[in-house]
Amino acid sequence: MEIGIEHYLTVAAMLFTLGVFGIFLNRKNVITILLSIELILLSVNINLVAFSSYMGDLVGQVFTMLILTVAAAEASIGLAILVVYFRNRGSIAVEDIHLMKG
Amino acid sequence: MNDIFPNLAIAYGEIFLAVGAMVLLMIGVFKKNSVNLVSWLSVAFIAVALFLTVVSVSGAAFTFNDMFVADSFTNFMKILVLVAAALAVIMSREFFKLEGDDRFEFPVLMVLATLGMMVMVSANDLMALYMGIELQSLALYVLAAFKRDSEKSTEAGLKYFVLGALSSGILLYGCSLVYGFIGTTNFNAIAMAIGNLGDSSAPIGAIIGLVFVLSGLAFKVSAVPFHMWTPDVYEGSQTPVTAFFSVAPKVAALALLARTLYVPFGDMSASWGQVVIFMAIASMVLGSFAAIMQTNIKRLMAYSSIGHVGFALLGLIAGNAIGLRGVMIYMTIYLLMNVGMFVCIMSMRRKEEGMVEDISELSGLAQNHPAMALAISIFMFSLAGVPPLAGFFAKWYVIVPIVTEGYYTLATIAVLSSVVGAYYYIRIVKIMYFDEPAEEFIAQKSVPMKLIAIAAAFLVVMFVVPQISNPVLSGAESAAHSLSQD
Repeated sequence: MEIGIEHYLTVAAMLFTLGVFGIFLNRKNVITILLSIELILLSVNINLVAFSSYMGDLVGQVFTMLILTVAAAEASIGLAILVVYFRNRGSIAVEDIHLMKG
Repeated sequence: MNDIFPNLAIAYGEIFLAVGAMVLLMIGVFKKNSVNLVSWLSVAFIAVALFLTVVSVSGAAFTFNDMFVADSFTNFMKILVLVAAALAVIMSREFFKLEGDDRFEFPVLMVLATLGMMVMVSANDLMALYMGIELQSLALYVLAAFKRDSEKSTEAGLKYFVLGALSSGILLYGCSLVYGFIGTTNFNAIAMAIGNLGDSSAPIGAIIGLVFVLSGLAFKVSAVPFHMWTPDVYEGSQTPVTAFFSVAPKVAALALLARTLYVPFGDMSASWGQVVIFMAIASMVLGSFAAIMQTNIKRLMAYSSIGHVGFALLGLIAGNAIGLRGVMIYMTIYLLMNVGMFVCIMSMRRKEEGMVEDISELSGLAQNHPAMALAISIFMFSLAGVPPLAGFFAKWYVIVPIVTEGYYTLATIAVLSSVVGAYYYIRIVKIMYFDEPAEEFIAQKSVPMKLIAIAAAFLVVMFVVPQISNPVLSGAESAAHSLSQD
């Protein structure tokens, strides 16, 4: 079977959906949420690279490079915030994050 | 236009601020006890960036392979962003002096966030859009969690980070679809590609991409249904951070939203019109009803800001230069009211308790601090939209365009939700003037804070005078025409 653009897009769409559901359905801990965010960003990268090679246009790959770097910065800031949060609360369980409501 | 060397002149403001942020960081690291110096230098840098932005742009110009645009629209929005940022830094000085925990990273992060907002305002490409948003957001995540030893502040930072990263992901997914189905990431090229389609409708992938991009941006302006982070982050963050959050990022994100809807997707207004109408109605209604139950003043301001974003979106729905002018006037007046109100909120401080945020603590304020009570009443009446204060004109300039375009139901909903909103704004005035006096606040001694509050109150009251409102109106007018070609 020939692997075409639609296969890549399907994989990316599945990863994206998994990522979004991982954030909303996950009740355990925040690390899972960080993983889900990475999953979403990687699904976007697959999309962009697939389109880029399909159209023979390099812009998509440049975009992917930018996303990769920003994703690294984002993950580090997320972990840093998670560490200060853990120091204050002693827990990173999602159901404990409810100091403010309403 | 694809010169080998980009035309840097129109980006001088951004370049200066980028270098300035590094300089500030170095001063902060290598010089002991430099918080005051770094803070005031950052205000000076922002002022210089403002000056460079204003003088270096005349007419529309593109640079960096058309990824960056500067015209009178970006100028207008950048002035708002920079003014809001400078005022927020000035306001933070007094707060951190009293609160202790005075660190030089705060102004540096503010400058970086401001730089991100300037890039957002000037973005003319999906890549520039993403980089601007991320530069802004990454700095703001840290600012939200700035009080490291507070459970509330770190929780605010964590919530903001998770939802912000999710919205960036959604936005990016939209960008990738738009890129794939239209074939380019440049705004002008997208507009041309969509224009060339003629009567045939845009590919379904592009429409889905547009909706995803729109959702991501709606998150950044905190429009319903992407508003859930706003109350928590506003309540948990420290007050100067909240003051900054409530104005500058909203102005930048609205500018970006306006450009995204009008320039690349201007010919797809049938696709995005419905979405924006829904967001506007939902934001206005939720903003006015949910705020009624609030007891925390910062949470109340959060719902109030959601409602105001709903009103500002009305101007975009009109889809013409007059509506766009309304959006810009709205954001200018919103900046004045919010900055003034947050100066007052920061003055709610007692000797033993420190900052207090409960609305009931304001009770009887008119007897202890008549001037502060008067200022709060002016801002509250203005936020409610009572004529002849500025808030009334803000609403007037966005509702008139949608009425002339024939959206009568929408205009009716807007007016009704403004009436509901008036309840909780004016309730605060009632608490201050007619309830039993609570314990006295510490009198505000800082001169800059007093000046900001007085200037904001003065402008809000005097906006009705043509000599004061005309510069805003004419500036917004020419800015609107530079974005919307009609």
